Amino acid sequence: MLFTSYSFILFLLVVFILYYCIPKIYRWVLLLLASYFFYAQAGASLLMFLLGTTISTYIVSMQILRLSNIQKAYIAENKAILDKTAKKEYKAKIKKKQWRWLLVCLFFNFGILAIFKYTNFAIDNVNNLIAVFGGTKQFSFLDLVLPMGISFYMFQTMGYIIDVYRGTAKVERNIGKLALFVSFFPQLIQGPISRYNDLSRTLFEPHAFDSSNVWFGFQRILWGFFKKLVIADRILPAVNTIIQAPEEYQGAYVLAGMVFYAIQLFADFTGGIDIVIGIGQIFGIEIAENFNRPYFSKNITEYWRRWHITMGTWFKDYLFYPISICKPMRKLSKWSRNHLGEALGRKLPVYISTLVVWFVTGLWHGASWNFITWGVLNGVIILISGECAPLYKWFHKRFHVENKLWYAAFQILRTFLLMSSLRLLDCYRDVGTSFKMFGTLFSNWNYEVFFNGSMLKLGISVADYIVVLLGVLLLLFVSLRQRKGSVRQQIAAKPIAINFMVVYLLLMAIIILGAYGIGYDASQFIYNQF
Amino acid sequence: MILITAILLCIVSLYLAQKLLMPKYSTEIFEGALIEDYYNETTDHQVVFIGDCEVYENFSPVTLWEEYGITSYIRGSSQQLIWQSYYLMEETLSYEKPDIIVFNVLSMQYDEPQNEAYNRMTLDGMKWSGAKAQSISASMTEEESFLEYLFPLLRYHSRWSELTADDITYMFSKKEMFHSGYLMRVDTKAAGSIPEGKVLDDYQFSDVCYEYLDKMVELCEKEGVQLILIKAPSLYPYWYDEWEEQMESYAKEKGVPYVNYLEEIAEIGLDFSQDTYDGGLHLNLSGAEKMSKYFGAWLKDNYDLSDQREDETLAGVWAEKTDFYEKMKDDQYRELEEYGYLKSYGAREVIE
Amino acid sequence: MEDLLEILEELHADVDFENCETLIDSAILDSFDIVTLIAEVDSVFDVAIPAEEIIPENFNSAKALYSLIQRLDEE
Repeated sequence: MLFTSYSFILFLLVVFILYYCIPKIYRWVLLLLASYFFYAQAGASLLMFLLGTTISTYIVSMQILRLSNIQKAYIAENKAILDKTAKKEYKAKIKKKQWRWLLVCLFFNFGILAIFKYTNFAIDNVNNLIAVFGGTKQFSFLDLVLPMGISFYMFQTMGYIIDVYRGTAKVERNIGKLALFVSFFPQLIQGPISRYNDLSRTLFEPHAFDSSNVWFGFQRILWGFFKKLVIADRILPAVNTIIQAPEEYQGAYVLAGMVFYAIQLFADFTGGIDIVIGIGQIFGIEIAENFNRPYFSKNITEYWRRWHITMGTWFKDYLFYPISICKPMRKLSKWSRNHLGEALGRKLPVYISTLVVWFVTGLWHGASWNFITWGVLNGVIILISGECAPLYKWFHKRFHVENKLWYAAFQILRTFLLMSSLRLLDCYRDVGTSFKMFGTLFSNWNYEVFFNGSMLKLGISVADYIVVLLGVLLLLFVSLRQRKGSVRQQIAAKPIAINFMVVYLLLMAIIILGAYGIGYDASQFIYNQF
Repeated sequence: MILITAILLCIVSLYLAQKLLMPKYSTEIFEGALIEDYYNETTDHQVVFIGDCEVYENFSPVTLWEEYGITSYIRGSSQQLIWQSYYLMEETLSYEKPDIIVFNVLSMQYDEPQNEAYNRMTLDGMKWSGAKAQSISASMTEEESFLEYLFPLLRYHSRWSELTADDITYMFSKKEMFHSGYLMRVDTKAAGSIPEGKVLDDYQFSDVCYEYLDKMVELCEKEGVQLILIKAPSLYPYWYDEWEEQMESYAKEKGVPYVNYLEEIAEIGLDFSQDTYDGGLHLNLSGAEKMSKYFGAWLKDNYDLSDQREDETLAGVWAEKTDFYEKMKDDQYRELEEYGYLKSYGAREVIE
Repeated sequence: MEDLLEILEELHADVDFENCETLIDSAILDSFDIVTLIAEVDSVFDVAIPAEEIIPENFNSAKALYSLIQRLDEE
């Protein structure tokens, strides 16, 4: 079910009413049933995947717990005879056993992800490799269905089992509650990727009906619908026209496509997350934020702290740090410090880990070289901008522009264009075309198309442009206001008539100006493919 | 309480928005407003025609009145599908009990939902009833949803960028365009050569259509209404012999009269160089009047239909109708002279 | 503690590591610094800081980091 569909709205309404009618302690059970029902709409057989991940994680977590208990008992019993080294040895032994269980869980689950998401990509590459070496054997692609949301719920659950292994999360003994953590329906299809310690409290706690939570949650859901239906879906046809015919649309069109896509992706993704968090809120559940006004970022590093935040922190905590501080890496660092110099030696682990993380990030986004290239490019640019730090320092000492408004605007614009350019790899279905199209920005001087009416031949009309523009201005206004604190709180502080007007206008805007219904394709949330 | 006022305000404004944004069919595609027109009738009818464009373009109730004093109404709409006709029949019978119902059997060839736009034109105009709900369910194409029929605002909201003054003028009642359900066209376009129909794989009408035809027969029997099946004299779409055979044998089997007016063109006096406005698909005014005179005579000969011209109330109502009819006729002829085509009646300019 | 301060000063010479308590919150130390720090701590103190201890509470001040090192050493 898409969020923006009649059936989902009905589903949500029913679950909401039931939720507050049944006793508080059973409410999480309702959410579990609702989540499984929701997932089954994509295909009842797909429930197998949720169950597989839930059960395997549960079994492994119980094993890890069992080993921890054994360890505790043993140490308590033998306190007298164990000295420091013996204790350390014993703990290491237990840890190794737990590590093996963790590997089982990770291999099983990431294995499923690898098979269903990446097999055909692997086959494609093998085929190409064979062809390069002059062979004729070509493997045929498998007909595999990608379980909805697998990239999101899988990462969320694996984060949990790693936390269990690390001892930073308490083991969830109730398999039902674990099942809910894995499958909680608002987060299932596009995140955010929550941490067990953060989500479990709020998810399982019995929540009393709180009218301000419900009201704020409802507003947030409306806001998400507005972004998605009025802005994102409305500009989508223009984006598609441009990126589906790269031979025809070059130069200035690529610039237009970049900007439109930036708007579309932002409205679609953040709108979707608004709906997710809003839904959580109407149930009294607090879901982590995933965006922090990312287009106001002044550089790429800041951008990745403000865009898809939970993915960034997941990769940081579970991939970047483990790789960069693991023993082999430290050994390598030592070796390179002795053989390649102090500076390089220090940087090497960070550089390698960064590139690995960004390679994986790219791969996570999609099973194709576009996404991998996109990821690696992001990593490279981050490293380069890190290398340029002394240069920037010199520049700011010399020119004193740090606090000037125009310089900040320049930085924001520069970052926006940089990220939009990188996203071209997201648009065109192969790397070569993406680079070529970027090149045409400078080689095809056809910027007159902005003035001669060509922009009206992309599948959207003047009315559409006006609505998108007004929508974007509203977005901008709200984002700026947000810097002072929660916008909903600001509205709530105003007289009730204003409160009503805001919600009423938002609702009317969605119903009348939304790009839905016959004549509009209910476009999948872009991140649904993950 | 404030919440209740707020909700009420929401509902009222959504209702008004819906009325504003629904299409008015006031400058073109007038046939979209046909179904709704029925509810403006103030008196009953002896004859009700039901069917697709072959009824609302080929019969003129005003002529039936003027020649024979027969009161009639045409419940027609574009590409009206057979189940839509059945439910319209059911609905009409909840409003009145005519002596005769005439059904054009062209739609026997369509056994599944065809086109969203035509569905809308037939269904949106119906007042809400069980018949309407059933008709919608039977008609919906894949992309449609019942909710969007319940709240047409969800379907037509995107018209906000196409609103015209007419959308306000005709917000609560449509433009008066029809004559007891007849859509008038006085222009002429001679019929050229009509191509033979393509060879079909299967000429057998589907079970679904026969089911609905059976239901029509049963319904009319139950209600004591005489059902008459016809095939109107439109040259196109092509009416196959195989289809003709099926209708003839069906009619015989059920004991229901069936007349194929394609076989009586000469007797009707139709001249397809003069009597059609679109090359043979539909008759124009002169054709419809000829058809009505002929059909009315046949009705009079075969059925006991009283001449209603004595009835004062009816006479008054139909005098108004006739008046409006004549006025539009004059206006259409005037436009034909002035512009060479029916500019405000939905015709396209013909560039020689 | 002296050794630790030495390591820190090598990363950023101009920061007052003795007194600053918002090394992470004020983004004085970034993830690159942390990785380097951990490598140095390992080589100097022979204590391996695991990934799950990389939280603001442990890295916001030199004091907090030192108590982390001591704690890990005990275990």
